[in-house]
Amino acid sequence: MSVRDDKDSLKRTPLYDLHVSLGGKMVPFAGYDMPVQYPAGVLKEHLHTRSSAGLFDVSHMGQLALRPKSGKVEDAARALERLVPQDIVAIAPGRQRYAQFTNTDGGILDDLMVANFGDHLFLVVNAACKAEDEAHLRANLSDDCVIDSLEGRALIALQGPKAEAALAKLCAEVPSMTFMDAGPHKVAGLACFVSRSGYTGEDGFEISVPAGDAERLAKTLLENPDVMPIGLGARDSLRLEAGLCLYGHDIDTATTPVEAALEWSVQKSRRSGGARAGGFPGAEKILAHFDNGASRRRVGLRAEGRAPVREGALLFADATSSEPIGKVTSGGFGPSLNAPVAMGYVPVTQSALGTQIFAEVRGQRLPLTVAAMPFVKNTYKR
Amino acid sequence: MTTTLYTSDHEWLAIDGDVATVGITDYAQSQLGDVVFVELPKVGRALKKAEAAAVVESVKAASDVYAPISGEVLETNAELAGEPALVNSDAQGKAWFFKIKIADKSELGGLMDEAAYKAHTA
Repeated sequence: MSVRDDKDSLKRTPLYDLHVSLGGKMVPFAGYDMPVQYPAGVLKEHLHTRSSAGLFDVSHMGQLALRPKSGKVEDAARALERLVPQDIVAIAPGRQRYAQFTNTDGGILDDLMVANFGDHLFLVVNAACKAEDEAHLRANLSDDCVIDSLEGRALIALQGPKAEAALAKLCAEVPSMTFMDAGPHKVAGLACFVSRSGYTGEDGFEISVPAGDAERLAKTLLENPDVMPIGLGARDSLRLEAGLCLYGHDIDTATTPVEAALEWSVQKSRRSGGARAGGFPGAEKILAHFDNGASRRRVGLRAEGRAPVREGALLFADATSSEPIGKVTSGGFGPSLNAPVAMGYVPVTQSALGTQIFAEVRGQRLPLTVAAMPFVKNTYKR
Repeated sequence: MTTTLYTSDHEWLAIDGDVATVGITDYAQSQLGDVVFVELPKVGRALKKAEAAAVVESVKAASDVYAPISGEVLETNAELAGEPALVNSDAQGKAWFFKIKIADKSELGGLMDEAAYKAHTA
């Protein structure tokens, strides 16, 4: 039976048994057998995260340490700047920043989080890209850094307005952390790395924990009545409402950070005229996009009706034209808005807020409006 | 007298004379999860058996609903437009999708009764 064989080849996170015991509906995702939802269902899980606190298993993501051979973290930062268009040198100890690995065409190989842990950099990368990312780091940075794949760690995200109170019971430093603070902390006596970040638009935390302690930590958090386990289904609708890119969908090797509307993530020091301008793969094309603009852009899209407009739907300038102008890269129903939301690429000339375009859904043209993102206001503690 | 039959694709149809009321089964809604939108066929449309007649959208995915039998669409359930979650709460009651005038009763032959459908989803 092929279905069975596929399941057998899937990897499991340290929380697999817990997911099954909680009634998680397990599905293949990025090579792992992961919970898409629990008995409460995607809608309730989504709304619970927005109103209380949701616990997510993100252990399938890759965790890496970049240790400078010189012993100076700035050397690891300078080395990593050869692979990403972000200012890594400026990340202060105890801080984290969003970045992208780029290719020589200016496209995005993966997006990642980079934290400065004082003596080394801590990286979190996407599950589907982690082997390639590690090889990429080894091929390019091995002269300057020891690249340590932290296979023995799990990653738990706790997201929502009650995440701080729930985690503060286990880690006294948590209330004093602000958005994008990151560092080693003891949580319930366990040697964790905690960052005040996440991918839902809510205030929250990501907690890297030794794999052997992961289930204990997750169970301790779930003992709090405010905390509910959340599956991949709600994780996806939450990040879509937050207007955040999903790698392989909204960004990929054929989109530059400028086309993806991620200019905010590229600091001035790396742009034309900056102190360390360029020097990353695809810099010529990406800096040209900064200087002259790109021809297309990722935008948020809102529909008038209730029919979700999903990934792959073609976009048109009007109700009758035959040539598509772009397509939807993420789309679905936003439970917090009780309405469909989508993101897609359109020509810059049609990217202004309020522009009306059309999506083709089952042979019909549905009117859409280019809308501001995030669709749901984020609540980060800055 | 009403007889309820089932398809292997998880539609139910309640037959009353030459009119059938069509919906999706409770088993189907439990597999789909939270329903957020239902697209129904136009009244007057002539459906062929097994043709895509309606679409159920859950938070995650869109699923086709097939005509369990050929015939003309007589009426659709307007309540579903405002309250698609009825499909989750009362799939085989208030959340009917459409009524169809049965074109050929011999097509009913291949459908399952409740016991057979229960065995099919067991």
